[in-house]
Order: sequence, then C-alpha cells, then structure tokens
Amino acid sequence: MIRIAVQKKLVMADGVKTLSVDTEIAFGEFVVLFGKSGSGKTSLLRIISGLLKPEEGKIACGDEIWLDTRNKINLPIQKRRIGFVFQDLALFPNMTIKENLLFAAGKERDDAYLCRLLRMTNMESFSQSKPQTLSGGQQQRVAIIRALARKPRLLLLDEPFSSLDPQMSEHLRKELKTIHREFNLTTLLVSHESTDIYGTADRAMEVKEAKILESGRPGMEPGNEHLAGEGSYKGRILQIYKSDLGYILEILSGDTVLRLPVDEESITVLKPGIMVLISSKNFHLHIQPLSCLQ
Amino acid sequence: MAFDYQPLWLSIRLALVTTILLLVIGVPLSSFLAFRSFRFKPVVEAIISLPLVLPPSVLGFYLLVAFSPNNFLGRVLQNNFDLRLIFSFPGLVVGSMIYSLPFMLHPLQAGFQALPGGLREASYSLGKSKWQTLLRVLIPNIKPALLTGIVLTFAHTLGEFGVVLMIGGNVEGKTRVASIAIYDEVESLHFHAAHIYSIVLLFISFVILLIAYSLNKRLFKS
Repeated sequence: MIRIAVQKKLVMADGVKTLSVDTEIAFGEFVVLFGKSGSGKTSLLRIISGLLKPEEGKIACGDEIWLDTRNKINLPIQKRRIGFVFQDLALFPNMTIKENLLFAAGKERDDAYLCRLLRMTNMESFSQSKPQTLSGGQQQRVAIIRALARKPRLLLLDEPFSSLDPQMSEHLRKELKTIHREFNLTTLLVSHESTDIYGTADRAMEVKEAKILESGRPGMEPGNEHLAGEGSYKGRILQIYKSDLGYILEILSGDTVLRLPVDEESITVLKPGIMVLISSKNFHLHIQPLSCLQ
Repeated sequence: MAFDYQPLWLSIRLALVTTILLLVIGVPLSSFLAFRSFRFKPVVEAIISLPLVLPPSVLGFYLLVAFSPNNFLGRVLQNNFDLRLIFSFPGLVVGSMIYSLPFMLHPLQAGFQALPGGLREASYSLGKSKWQTLLRVLIPNIKPALLTGIVLTFAHTLGEFGVVLMIGGNVEGKTRVASIAIYDEVESLHFHAAHIYSIVLLFISFVILLIAYSLNKRLFKS
C-alpha cells in the first residue's frame, strides 16, 4: 500500500492554491489521475517522485517512509525506487536504446528481464538505434521500458500519450495495461484525457483546483437510467471518417474501440474528443453527445 | 642573432595548462550556475564576467598588488606554500585562469541550460547521483559547447598581453610569452623576429578555429 498525505502551496493561473491530497494506492493497482491542465496533477506526481518537496505531509511505500516532514525525512528521488515516464520522454540522446536501458538498470541489472521488456514492446531490433531516429510511438515505448529497467516499486507516467495520434495512443495504452498486468506493477498515470481512464485504469481520481475530487472504478460505464433496460454505454469519439456507406465513428468505450456507421446528419453534432452515449432501442442505434466529463 | 623559439613554446604551454585547469573547474561551476538559483547568483555571474569588459591592465594591476609578497595574500602564499605568483609561470597561469574564466564558463553554462530539463530529472529518477548524471548524461550532450569553451579559452590565453605583462613582466624563459616577445622585438626594432612570432601566432589561431568549426559542424550533424 502506498499512502500519500501531502499539502503543498502551488502558484496557479488564478492565484496561490494549496494542493491537498490524502489517498492510498494499493500495490498492483493501476490508477489514473485526471484533471485539466494546471489542476495540480503533475505537481502531485513530482511530489510523490521526490522532485518537489511539499510543505507538509507523509508518503509511505509499504513500510518504507519516503517523506515525513514532521520527522524531517525526505528520501531523495534516487532512493525512492520509482520509474518515471516524463512528458517529454527525456531519452538520453547520446546513448542507444540498449545503452539507455543498461544505464537505467545500473549495477544490479537483469539481462533476461531487459530482453523481455524489449521483446514485449517489439523494440528488440532497435536496441542499437539512437532514440532520435525512432518514431514517436517507439520513443514512448522506450521511455516506458527504461522506467521499468530497475524494477521500480511504483511506475509514474506524466501525460504519456498526449503527443501521439489517437490510434497509436490507444495501441500503447493497451500495451501499457499488458505490461502492468504482466509485471504486477503499481502504476499511477497522470492525464487530461478521459480516454486514459476507460479501459485502462482500475481506479480514477480527478484532481480539480488542487484537490482530489472523486475516486471511483471506471469501466464500461452504464448510461442514462431510462435507457438502461435496453443497454447503453458511454464512450469517447476518437475520430470520424468517411466510408462508402456514409461515415464511420470510432468510439472508445471501456477497453474496446467500436466502429459504428452513421449518416451525414448525425455527425453535425458529433465531433472527435466528445463523450457520447451509445444505446440501442427498437433495433436502432442511438448516439447522443454527453456533456464532457472533464 | 638566432631566433628564440622559447616564447612560442611558453605561450602554448600557458594556453594548454590554463585550458585544462579551467575545464576541470569550469564544468562543475557552470553546471552549478546553470541549474541552481540562489540569492547572490547575479553577483557571482557579474564577477565571473568582469574580465570581458575590464581593461586587462586593471585586472593585472590588482592581481599584481594581491600577489605581491608585501601584501596579505602574497605573503600567505609565499610563507605557507612557498609560492610566489608575481613574475613567475604559476602566476601567469592563475592570472590567465581568471582572465579567461568567462570564455570557458559562458559556452558551457549556455550548453547546460539548452539541454531539456527532463534529462537531469530522468537520470535522477533512475537512481543516478549528480556526478553520474553530469558525467554520463549532461557532458556527452553538450559536446559542441565544450569544444567552443576549450577553443575560446585556448585562443584567448594565447593572445593575452595586458595581464601577463602586469603580473609576469618580461622574464626570459619564465614569463616572456610570444605576445610580449613581439612587443619587445618591435621596441628593439627587430622587425624580422616580430614578424616570425606574429605569423606563427596568426597561423596557430587560424588553424585552431578552423579545426573547431569543422568539428562543430560534424558534431551538430551527428
């Protein structure tokens, strides 16, 4: 169990606010921390990692105390055994992919484990390449496996998929989920995309104005109650494209990507990025926009 | 009269020693200035940059006064370390290091500051210490800046005149570097010798810059 109870004053767009968090993450859990930019979620990630020191608080990972301001304990980031995937990835340009991993693994390296990471992400054939020669998705994979190279107790990811196109981010999201399950990781992912919650997370926490608002279990979200009898699902439109029959809506609902045909009239109110309610009634498919969850 | 090559060797030796020592001091100091902010940072930066704007004779004069055995610092150095910095080669090295400090520090500091901030934090998150991060991640990624710092310091020290003359004087074999020798030969109307010293300095300076620019082009490409 990772216990986080911290307070930190943050300078935000609308003045100084106190980030106040009191929460727990169970070992093996995949938690998504979501909220608008500037809500304080990245700051929380930096506090947990040890890059930012809160005014007050306590962070404990199992029986290991990482931070206890009262007893003046503040373990440096080097000693917290975390894996951090930065928003700008921060792959070392002077090293090849293999060298990045070996540098990360340090003295207690486990070659078989590193090979497995490379194999799982299909990056084996790129181990001698420099990061700058890889595509965005490949760089993202390297950043994730590099963060895992020293077998961290907690994997932190800061907006890992924000710079990728919807298909690639969807693909990597699934891959991350598999890695999480396979290596029994404890993962905390920060995102402003609600797509990162559905189908990925065991639990979602929303950060709003420097406070954690809600904590719940997402999944295939049931929709409006009056339609529930017929079965309805929430989802997010990933993209809309033209086909022979009209238009195809690509919707992410839970961990499934649905491709549904729609006519030209329907797409006037549907745009990529918005949340929709999908329901079927009398053998007809209804797709209605919902007010955005964010 | 046979031509005396010693001032040229002395110039090259002084430039080499100064560059190596400044590199050793400059890398940690510039990374400290690039990544840390503290209250009196502008004061420290202003002091380091002073040699850029100060007449070399002013700097040389203060160093001469400070290093003189009649004054505190000079006395302490002489009595405790048997080190006399005026009219000696070690004195020239110390003077040159102060005089050329900004030429080493500025490119390095700019190089460090231009690196993405995430590189340092990523290395720390992988359990690496500040020194490991500096040696394995930061320095290998500022090679063009390192090269610029080395070249500028070497070339600047080679052409130094005012500071050297003030604290070193014109002692043959000890402080009589090429730039002083040129002045000396001209004063004695030995234009031929002055020509040789000048053309050699011109040639060395050009070749150093040529190598630097060619290398930098290759570094940037890679």
